Amino acid sequence: MHEMAISESILGILEDEARRQSYRRVKKVWLEIGPFAGIETEALRFTFDVVTKGTLADSAALEIVATDARAWCLPCERSVEIAQRFDCCPICGGHQLQMTSGDEMRIKELEVE
Amino acid sequence: MCTVCGCGSGETRIESAEKSNGKSRSAGGLFLTNAHVHAADQAHEHVHADGTRHSHGHAHSHPHDHDHAHADATGADAHEYHRHDLGLIDYGQGPARAHAPGLTQARMVQIEQDILGKNNAYAAANRAFLDQRGILALNLVSSPGSGKTTLLVKLIERLHGRLAVAVIEGDQQTSNDAERVRATGAPAIQVNTGKGCHLDAHMVGHAIEHLAPKDGSVLFIENVGNLVCPAAFDLGEAHKVVILSVTEGEDKPLKYPDMFAAAGLMVLSKTDLLPHLDFDVGAAIANARKVNPSIKVLPVSARTGDGLDSLAQWIMAARTMSFPAHPAPAAAALVQGG
Repeated sequence: MHEMAISESILGILEDEARRQSYRRVKKVWLEIGPFAGIETEALRFTFDVVTKGTLADSAALEIVATDARAWCLPCERSVEIAQRFDCCPICGGHQLQMTSGDEMRIKELEVE
Repeated sequence: MCTVCGCGSGETRIESAEKSNGKSRSAGGLFLTNAHVHAADQAHEHVHADGTRHSHGHAHSHPHDHDHAHADATGADAHEYHRHDLGLIDYGQGPARAHAPGLTQARMVQIEQDILGKNNAYAAANRAFLDQRGILALNLVSSPGSGKTTLLVKLIERLHGRLAVAVIEGDQQTSNDAERVRATGAPAIQVNTGKGCHLDAHMVGHAIEHLAPKDGSVLFIENVGNLVCPAAFDLGEAHKVVILSVTEGEDKPLKYPDMFAAAGLMVLSKTDLLPHLDFDVGAAIANARKVNPSIKVLPVSARTGDGLDSLAQWIMAARTMSFPAHPAPAAAALVQGG
């Protein structure tokens, strides 16, 4: 259930940015979430709604952009796409993979007024 | 109750500094350093009786047993959407510096911010503090009941006279674990996360302040028993150490890959029980290496003491490798000076 803590962090960023960029309402939030970010998107949507009640992001829509997970295979010396952390290399079948992307957890942009 | 996150007063608790050093055991020794701690310096939005709103941020936590009531002065500079002093309501302060009925002022804002950025900033501050003092911090993570505290108590006995030790204990409730550690003579402080499922870098920063670990020591941070959430929260540690007990099943690294991917060392605990179990040590290690090819593995039994010396040596080597220019205080000085 750390989606609650994540939602609180998102709201904190929205409120900080409201001061910096002077807006008073957030209508839509675009998040970039990697498959290995450890975020259950349904739980995030639920807790985001709960956490933002009565705040500047009340009823804001969450747009979640899923990113790809990629890893560098040491034996093949190339970048490959993986679906899970323990996947083997789709080319050589080895496990000497260095994950290069997939744990992103970022706020990309906001629609505000 | 906090109107931002819904957390109740007194959810996160850090024990008093005196108690952490074992000097005071007075009843009700837990005190509220943080009536609530926010993961980040979130802004609080307030609604006044006249319907106007303002928000203010605070980067610190503060004890309070009431809902927010604060002097007008604190909010005076934070009224950002419109001004309403002296009976003037000025909508010209909006995003477009104008307000026309029926026209929204929607616009897009690029922010590209890491959601865990705040936690990572606190973690970086903790890491800088620890690095300066040559303190090796290890974040111990595992599922509940893997034997973290028992292992820690035995390890502290093994390190006695070789390295100074301090401990931060994280649990949802009770200070039982900190008391078990203090019985060994090592200073320990308990952080109760209340409803929280993990320690965050902000809580640990406060705990380090209270605990004041010695220069050149090793700081164990025993995280909340949970193989999921603590993986994502950097506390400023040098290494995460994941403890997998042999009663748990050799596929745990595959079931909870995030944690095993984040850890530098896997301690296979309760190995004295292996004769009674079907646990396949080789398969457990192979699974951990599928997720994290560079993970180190040490089998240990806290009960028989097997492997404890290797673990103690790994810790001393890790400290030396992290701080080659900052040698640990001489063992003799530790024995005499405590």
